[in-house]
Amino acid sequence: MTLSDLIQETFSAIIVNKARSGLTILGIIIGIGSVIAMISIGQGAQNSIEASIQSIGSNLILIMPGAQRGAGVQVSAGRGSATTLTQADADTIEKEITLAKAIAPEISKRYQITAKGKNTNTQVIGTVGSYPQVRNIQIDTGSFISDQNIRSISKVAVLGPTTRDDLFGQGVDPIGQSIRVNKIDFKIIGVTKAKGGSGFSNQDDIIFIPISTAQRFLAGNDSVTTISVEASDQNSMAQIQQQITALLLQRHNISDAQLADFQILNQQDIVQTASSVTDTFTILLASIAGISLIVGGIGIMNMMLTNVTERTREIGLRKAIGAKRKDISLQFLTESVMLTFFGGAAGILLGWILAWGVAQFAGIPTSISFFSVLLAFGVSAAIGIIFGYYPARRAAGLNPIEALRYE
Amino acid sequence: MIKCENITKIYKNGETETAVLKKVSFEISDGEFVAIMGPSGSGKSTLMHILGCLDTPTSGAYTLDGQDVSKMSDDELADIRKDKIGFVFQSYNLLPRATAIRNVILPLIYIGENKEMREQKAKQALLDAGLAEDRWNYLSNQLSGGQMQRVAIARALVNNPIIILADEPTGNLDTKTGEIVLSTFQQLNKELGRTIVLITHELYVAEHAGRIIHIKDGGIIADEKNKERRIANHNI
Ligand SMILES: Nc1ncnc2c1ncn2[C@@H]1O[C@H](COP(=O)(O)OP(=O)(O)OP(=O)(O)O)[C@@H](O)[C@H]1O
Ligand SMILES: [Mg+2]
Repeated sequence: MTLSDLIQETFSAIIVNKARSGLTILGIIIGIGSVIAMISIGQGAQNSIEASIQSIGSNLILIMPGAQRGAGVQVSAGRGSATTLTQADADTIEKEITLAKAIAPEISKRYQITAKGKNTNTQVIGTVGSYPQVRNIQIDTGSFISDQNIRSISKVAVLGPTTRDDLFGQGVDPIGQSIRVNKIDFKIIGVTKAKGGSGFSNQDDIIFIPISTAQRFLAGNDSVTTISVEASDQNSMAQIQQQITALLLQRHNISDAQLADFQILNQQDIVQTASSVTDTFTILLASIAGISLIVGGIGIMNMMLTNVTERTREIGLRKAIGAKRKDISLQFLTESVMLTFFGGAAGILLGWILAWGVAQFAGIPTSISFFSVLLAFGVSAAIGIIFGYYPARRAAGLNPIEALRYE
Repeated sequence: MIKCENITKIYKNGETETAVLKKVSFEISDGEFVAIMGPSGSGKSTLMHILGCLDTPTSGAYTLDGQDVSKMSDDELADIRKDKIGFVFQSYNLLPRATAIRNVILPLIYIGENKEMREQKAKQALLDAGLAEDRWNYLSNQLSGGQMQRVAIARALVNNPIIILADEPTGNLDTKTGEIVLSTFQQLNKELGRTIVLITHELYVAEHAGRIIHIKDGGIIADEKNKERRIANHNI
């Protein structure tokens, strides 16, 4: 029996039982479709979280005030209240840690901002000229804060695009105009490019001013809330982290690292923590969908068993005219594999449509990976073989005369 | 060559045992045309199934061309059925949802014949069995009893078997088509030297054979040469 014969026989058998084949295929379609859709939602979430973590910069180490906790959790612990990091710490790091490519200290706080009668509440970040490089920010129009601005403690500001839109309207060039922060007027010297504010914080709704100005006029002290350190590559990150820890412990006169009054976050740790969360989430979704896949598989087995019983006489006849065990079992196995194949293909399409719909109408990012399609296909083929094997073997083992007498 | 020694077939149905064949022994040489006669329920079909390697005897030895069939595996038996034996069932056993010609093609699929040869051979077999050409593409459950019987005969002949076992092949045919079938069998026997074993109720049909075996209650009661052999006329 050649392959084309086998496929022809199988095809006609499936066509004869349109309704039953259709319902069986439907079970697989729903199973595969939901697996694809669920995995795409999980992966979409993972991708967007990773992208927003990566968008804050690359090879980044963040130093923040507050107690050191376990690896990479509690992103904002102690922020705002503790003022254990100072400008002097930042200057020392810049001088001593030669491995670091660039360093950008910042002091940030939310303020009410007014401009030409409009007002908004946003994050005001006092920082230095290297900030755009370290934190992956680009200037759209005008310029960013310069070292000159910092030395002369100038009252200048760079707006994020969202803040610009809120205060001056979309597309308006605000350079030269002024905004009022905490009763102090700042002249606008630049606007940053939009980064697409998804994830946990909108990086477009923001105002940058010189760090010296922020410390002098807004905070009233020389504390910093974050020091961002960019490593030249991923390999040097651990070493830089160690050096900074040692340096700060020594500067703060703390002998026990457990009692450190600052914490150092490594971008890799953040990505890993977030990934492990989304991985769990994806697995959870996929296993829920997997259950419907198993139900679909049992549907196939049920149909194939009914099929074998119903076609006992046919099997008897085929054996009587010379079909071997292998011919019979292959025929029934092909039938169940073909059913799952159709179901799998349609299910991938359904899953793709679902994922598209979720992205389109619910605004949740989704991403269909080649891997999940491959997985779904593999699983459906495996279901066809596993759940088709028993009925096929049963058919092949029938005695021809008994099968021919079967009513 | 077919050789049966003390073939016994016992059907067990719970506690009760029915001996359908009781120590049946005979030989059929290559190229013989044998008719088996006997009353209904005497065990003719049961014997035929054993001869066709579809069933195995409870005891006794069945040797086909020097090979002991009772020692063969399922797949080896399937090979013998496929290559050596053409079987016409009493109840036709056609695939109901397949066309007449598809039913005839079926054995060729398992032999591994190529597509063009299949069509050609199936058509020739249908012609030999006397089925009108306009019925070849009918589904087999849309055919009359006699037409189904002819499809069943065509299917038995199509793989050119050296042994043809036919269980009441003319039972549902009118005189004319019955003659066509008998003449086909006689031709195959005479010109190609095929061995033919034919079961029938009718003495008239049996008289076309060269030898007649009478069976009653699972045993042979007579086994003799047919002296006045009838010759079927294909062109009546
Ligand atoms: N599977 C079975 N279980 C029990 N008894 C059976 C079975 N198959 C056949 N028999 C019995 O064996 C006997 C012989 O059956 P068989 O079909 O060989 O008869 P036959 O000679 O071909 O009759 P007919 O001329 O009516 O076709 C019958 O009495 C039948 O009831
Ligand atoms: Mg019978």
